[in-house]
Amino acid sequence: MLNNIYNIFFIPEIFLACSSFVCLLFGLFLKKNAFRQTSNLAVFVLLLTILLVYYGSESNFANYKSLFSHSSFINFFKILALLGSIASIIISKDYFLGIKLKNFEIPVLFLFSTLGMMLMIASNNLMSMYLAIELQSLSLYVAAAIKRDSISSAESGVKYFILGALSSGILLYGFSLIYGFTGSMNFNDISFYLSKYDNLNLGLIFGLVFVMVGLAFKVSAVPFHMWTPDVYEGAPNSITGFFAIVPKIAAVALIYRFCLVPFENFYLEWSQIILFLSIASMFLGAIAAIAQSNIKRLLAYSSIGHIGYILIALVASNDDGIKAASIYMFSYMLMNVAIFAILLSLKVKNEYLINISDLKGLSKSNPIVSLSISIIMLSMAGIPPFIGFFGKFYVFIAAIEQELYVLSVLGVLASVISAFYYLRIIKIMYFDESKSEGIINFQISFQSKIILSLSLFVIICFIFYPSLLINISASLTI
Amino acid sequence: MIDWPLVSVIIFLPLIGALIILFIKEDELTSINIKWAALLATLGTFILSLILWLQFDYSNPSYQYEEKFRWFDDFNFFYHVGVDGISLFMILLSTFLTPLCILASWNNIKKRVKEYMLSFLFLETVMIGMFASIDILLFYIFFEAVLIPMYLIIGIWGGNRRIYASFKFFLYTLLGSVLMLIAIIVMYRNTSSMSIEFLQGNYFSYNTQLFLWLAFFASFAVKIPMWPFHTWLPDAHVEAPTAGSVILAGVLLKMGGYGFIRFSLGMLPEATEFFIPLIMTLSIVAIVYTSLVALAQTDIKKLIAYSSVAHMGIVTIGIFLVNQQGLEGAMMQMISHGLVSAALFLCVGVIYDRMHTREIEFYGGLVQRMPLYATVFMIFMLGSVGLPGTSGFIGEFLVIVGAFKFSSYVVIGAAFGIILSAVYMLYLYKRIIFGTITNNKLADILDINTREKIILIPLAISVILLGIFPNLFLDPMRLSLELIITNYEIANAK
Repeated sequence: MLNNIYNIFFIPEIFLACSSFVCLLFGLFLKKNAFRQTSNLAVFVLLLTILLVYYGSESNFANYKSLFSHSSFINFFKILALLGSIASIIISKDYFLGIKLKNFEIPVLFLFSTLGMMLMIASNNLMSMYLAIELQSLSLYVAAAIKRDSISSAESGVKYFILGALSSGILLYGFSLIYGFTGSMNFNDISFYLSKYDNLNLGLIFGLVFVMVGLAFKVSAVPFHMWTPDVYEGAPNSITGFFAIVPKIAAVALIYRFCLVPFENFYLEWSQIILFLSIASMFLGAIAAIAQSNIKRLLAYSSIGHIGYILIALVASNDDGIKAASIYMFSYMLMNVAIFAILLSLKVKNEYLINISDLKGLSKSNPIVSLSISIIMLSMAGIPPFIGFFGKFYVFIAAIEQELYVLSVLGVLASVISAFYYLRIIKIMYFDESKSEGIINFQISFQSKIILSLSLFVIICFIFYPSLLINISASLTI
Repeated sequence: MIDWPLVSVIIFLPLIGALIILFIKEDELTSINIKWAALLATLGTFILSLILWLQFDYSNPSYQYEEKFRWFDDFNFFYHVGVDGISLFMILLSTFLTPLCILASWNNIKKRVKEYMLSFLFLETVMIGMFASIDILLFYIFFEAVLIPMYLIIGIWGGNRRIYASFKFFLYTLLGSVLMLIAIIVMYRNTSSMSIEFLQGNYFSYNTQLFLWLAFFASFAVKIPMWPFHTWLPDAHVEAPTAGSVILAGVLLKMGGYGFIRFSLGMLPEATEFFIPLIMTLSIVAIVYTSLVALAQTDIKKLIAYSSVAHMGIVTIGIFLVNQQGLEGAMMQMISHGLVSAALFLCVGVIYDRMHTREIEFYGGLVQRMPLYATVFMIFMLGSVGLPGTSGFIGEFLVIVGAFKFSSYVVIGAAFGIILSAVYMLYLYKRIIFGTITNNKLADILDINTREKIILIPLAISVILLGIFPNLFLDPMRLSLELIITNYEIANAK
């Protein structure tokens, strides 16, 4: 196999790494319009990477001494992360130009972070997993603080960095324990070693818990979510969009792979942790969001809630669970892309929209935009016939297949609570009378419009042709 | 028989109307076009649904006009619609009331006409779709999608406390229906089928049935609504615009009763047997308690809202008697209540449009100025009381006849409720219509105009028609109801 270079599944990552450097140089040597041109190039690079992933080899050839792995699940999440990355670069372009933040490094940072995510998703070894996480995180720390003259942006960057570093430390400590007690870093070797035992010894349990804490931080599951609202709020809106859309995909894939590959035989040990994280995230996400007045904080709590549902599917730990997670993640990405595409184009009195109450009267001045926001909100709340409902539906199917009745009932109860704050946004747009009209301005570039319409189209029309996505996600193996 | 997909056309015609309206530009002049388009779409739907009735095969207890397409590849979820004797009249009720609602809002909806009509047309699609679906998940999707337009209708065009009412309505109903979703998935897991037809055959163990029953109960008891889950209803009714109240009382409450018949009786017979005392107790409390509450109301709409809860108590008694008279009575009571309470809300709308108040004390002596209005109001009032010759009588009579087979205490409770209903309705009528005009503002009030005649007279005719020729309605549903009763008895005889 080695003699056929196209069979090495590592090609997309190598391509993306090289192209990222090319983008960096390209931006550096460009005199005018560096930001715009680099962004376009980055989108182009990501598109090519998707093609490479899609047409990549199906062979199970693990390169670099099994540092990385290859499966349909990995490919699906890689493509999802790449799509999310493309969408967020496109929708944020005009926003960056609007706030005069024209550093061409931004798309390059996004590229590096996407590369880190692809490696994260594919990693099959504790060491490569850690390095991939760091590559991803370091780019994002910088991105959060990119607006250097803004106190809130710097604050959010520092917060993210300190808490991220802390969690990485915990993660690393967990890795060292696992390595110490199993003698291996490779997922499959760990799994093989552990299969000889009936239960984990104390050291391994500690290691597992530490790693879970670190991963919970990355997916921002309660109680390790504290950074999320602050970082979302402080970072520039478009960076927040990227945070909300892409890293979650990779982190979710990672936590799935970590639980289901090396520790697949110790379901009882890790499922307790995930169970708690899941319930806590759903309820805290639902309740804390009610009181928010800042749309970015609200979306932060909403994403915490969504993570709770995805973790239900992980607790279910069956084929339906993997299917549910991929459908849910797909719908999560679409809904976030759509809502951020709108938020990044809405201006209130020449300032980008931040307060939810500023949406007042939007239904009069921009009926189409407010209709779109309503559809996205209803979809996020899991009201049929939109795609969000099917995400939740598959999650509950997986949970009930595993006889997790209590967890499912708690899940639906949390979804009722969360419906309240999604409805509140619709209420503000449609029910509240606005005194001053015409202060909201919606300007959207052609490219963002395409992204927005595409994602809305899928959100609405998924119900008419669900089989495409469902067949793909049903065939995924971890 | 008809070889084109009649049911699907009926379901989606309003939606097509909505899509057309979406592209009509709205301003002062064109809003009339929007109204006409909506009216034509709903009228077309009504006429098509009449074909459904005319071509209906009375000797077939199961589903007719079936359409079935595979929808999801990975599990047995079909787009499967059809009509049987039970759903036929629910669909007719929806298609009959919606054009009347559009007409009723012709002049008094002045802001956002386009969104209003869109909501109503979407609402009609999901209502019909819900009654016509033979697949549980499809049923659930429609059942929950109803919340979206209704939330908007109450919230945008409602009264002063509309926001509170719309949230309460949405969250209350959502809480009930998400539990139903879990029950549906559990059913699917046990049987690998989502077909309502297939599941009506007692497939679940006794304990599973009990939990499933409670989950469905949570959803339908909120929807119908039963005491003590009824508190959303008075708020929603009072704050909704006239047409919203009409649809709410006329059709949405029937979703609960329909669900009880299809799911609780049809699929969970043994659990139903176990829970019958609970239902009977709650129903009798509902009938007596809400009737007394209705007596104390000062707002006309609120009074009618509470009377709805009482009437729905009769329906739940009838359904859970599980005998021929009881079920037929419950169905008749649902149809009758759909027409009568809708008409009563429209009548309230008539005077509300003129005087902008619903306080009972404000009115009095309307018969002096509005003789025609007094006449139609009387027909509906008597229909609500259950006077022989009106639709209300048939339902209540059949339920009481059926109840005698069950327990005379239930009969006493139900009969007491019927007496109370006469008390509060006649008292209401006396206060509003009779006497001399004491309030000077009423001196110039005009009698109902042509548009209002077009709305109210068909309703009055159908109320009387239902009272005189009940077999017109009972014959098509008889066999379908018998099928459910037979299944129920077989399951419980084991």
